[in-house]
Amino acid sequence: MHLAYPAVLSALLFCTGLYGVLARRNAILVLMSVELMLNAVNLNLVAFDVWLSRAAEETLHSGQALTLFTIAIAAAEIGIGLAIVLAVHRNRGTADIDKLRDTAERHDSDGPDHDALAAERSDEDQKAEATA
Amino acid sequence: MILAASSATYLATGHTTGAAAQTHGFLSPTGVEIAFLLVGLVTFGAALVTVTTKQLVHAALWLVVTLGGLAVEYLLLTAEFIAWVQVLIYVGSVVVLLLFGLMLTRAPIGRSPDADSGNRWAALAVAVAAAAALVWVVVDAFRTTWIDLDGPAAGSTEATGASLFQNWVLPFEALSVLLLAALVGAIVLSRKAKAESSSPPVNAPATTKSSRTITESSGNAGRSEQEGAR
Repeated sequence: MHLAYPAVLSALLFCTGLYGVLARRNAILVLMSVELMLNAVNLNLVAFDVWLSRAAEETLHSGQALTLFTIAIAAAEIGIGLAIVLAVHRNRGTADIDKLRDTAERHDSDGPDHDALAAERSDEDQKAEATA
Repeated sequence: MILAASSATYLATGHTTGAAAQTHGFLSPTGVEIAFLLVGLVTFGAALVTVTTKQLVHAALWLVVTLGGLAVEYLLLTAEFIAWVQVLIYVGSVVVLLLFGLMLTRAPIGRSPDADSGNRWAALAVAVAAAAALVWVVVDAFRTTWIDLDGPAAGSTEATGASLFQNWVLPFEALSVLLLAALVGAIVLSRKAKAESSSPPVNAPATTKSSRTITESSGNAGRSEQEGAR
């Protein structure tokens, strides 16, 4: 098999995931796009491992071992990521990453949740004063 | 256009570098290559639908098609153990977790018009530029490289297990510790915030101030629960 087939498919899948990460607004859709990018990397690792295991005299099968590690790390990542998204949704009532702008530098806030954020920020300030 | 340009350069330089390529045949693909190409088209199309559809649950279901297509590609590359691990972990658990996440965040059934953010055209430009650069570099670099798929499978369960437990034992054990840490972290993150805030702070200087903190924080938690119910 020509090596360009899996390599090109991997590059296209990676760029699809890149578009999804940049263009999506829901946090869970962003996590799905991250999974696409990780799978593109896995396909590259497997293809190059199969190629190099034939070309080299002796192989460690490092590509397939790293693929298994990547799959396990992706499983851990999706668990932690979903826990974070659910915690944010429980505290804020939304999972849109465009609305989570608390640490953004801005002087004029025109969002619809400005009042809630401001009240919460003052609460945070008072709590910080109280515990200090 | 890039493919055409690279194939033109290939034909131009083919007399010098194509000695090893003549045994394979550049424009006569084998059956495995045709199958890989067809499954790859399905996989790429499903990935495109995953990142562009407006219906959130449909995105998760198209992700199943993408991951299953990748498992078939692993089988075509004779990496059978990776293929079944892919089916078990990705299709079996990750997509189910994503569907649970969509359900718990009250994703709307049907089309949601605000699934894409405002900078999608900039994202499209970045993605197309990255795809063009990567495909050009990859095709140009591995123009005369073939994978030899004959003989015993390179990624059979026996070969993968032997290499994993002979050469990769220490990273494997470290990975189990990482999974334990991720499990504990997910449990800590998904505990109720009220249970954490009702415990008094450790370094509270006075009782009055700490009680004020408790009332404020419990009121904060109640309001956030109201927002969550809304």
